[in-house]
Amino acid sequence: MGIISRGFGGRRRESLPGLPPGQYLTHDFPVLSAGPTPRIPLDKWKFTITTETGEKHSWDWKEFTALPSEEFTVDIHCVTKWSKLGTTWKGVSLDTLFEDVESAADYTMAHSYGGYTTNVPLDDLLEGKAWLVYEFDGEPLHPEHGGPVRLIVPHLYFWKSAKWVNGLEMLNDDEPGFWEAGGYHMYGDPWREQRYQGD
Amino acid sequence: MELDGNALGGDLSTVFATDVTDAVFVCAGCKHSGVVATLRVWEPAPGLVGRCPNCTDVIVRLVRTPTRVFLTLTGASRLEIPVEQP
Repeated sequence: MGIISRGFGGRRRESLPGLPPGQYLTHDFPVLSAGPTPRIPLDKWKFTITTETGEKHSWDWKEFTALPSEEFTVDIHCVTKWSKLGTTWKGVSLDTLFEDVESAADYTMAHSYGGYTTNVPLDDLLEGKAWLVYEFDGEPLHPEHGGPVRLIVPHLYFWKSAKWVNGLEMLNDDEPGFWEAGGYHMYGDPWREQRYQGD
Repeated sequence: MELDGNALGGDLSTVFATDVTDAVFVCAGCKHSGVVATLRVWEPAPGLVGRCPNCTDVIVRLVRTPTRVFLTLTGASRLEIPVEQP
């Protein structure tokens, strides 16, 4: 093959500021999907935090969108090696959702409509590090990108930012979610290139 | 984009000496039985996910790294793999 195409933003390793090792820059927003896209009517949508003692804290759509929201801009890094810089979202900080939650557990499992799961330590969700978002670029979040609501944890690989999220379960021990049980890293720090188990 | 189980064939051929797309799975959830080639597969994703064509439960996950292939079969209660007669 003598013809080299640089299409799709160029897959060469770039050393731009803000680009973790092994990532390339894209200006598109690729859609990754491991199953059918759930379509959740807003009047049926619900988000629940369940503590390790079984105590539940739930918000329906009206209650959730009445919470204080933030617009923020972050870089996102997919384990399939694309990174998108300067993405703008609107949503509710996890600090707000955890305000009245009493828990001694250190770990969480995010659950989604459609059955997807991913594990994230609680410390990685608090102190301004994670949000539940419902707008991207000023528009309601499209189902293909995880709407009506997805988790955003931008400092970890993007598989941790669960689409169609509907709950967080507090866990005393770290347990693998969907991709983690399938060979991906339990934590997933893009700056340490923690892609797979053993990295 | 949705594909069928033949999309798993290439990576599975690096693990098994036989063509596993001809193998018969039994779904651990709904007990549906069929050949791997009939699984519903979505891409792109961090790995290949084969779902039951009857109930869409996950039958197989295949994650390929530069040095390893992770094959997770928790959704299949059985995999019947044809072998050549001697």
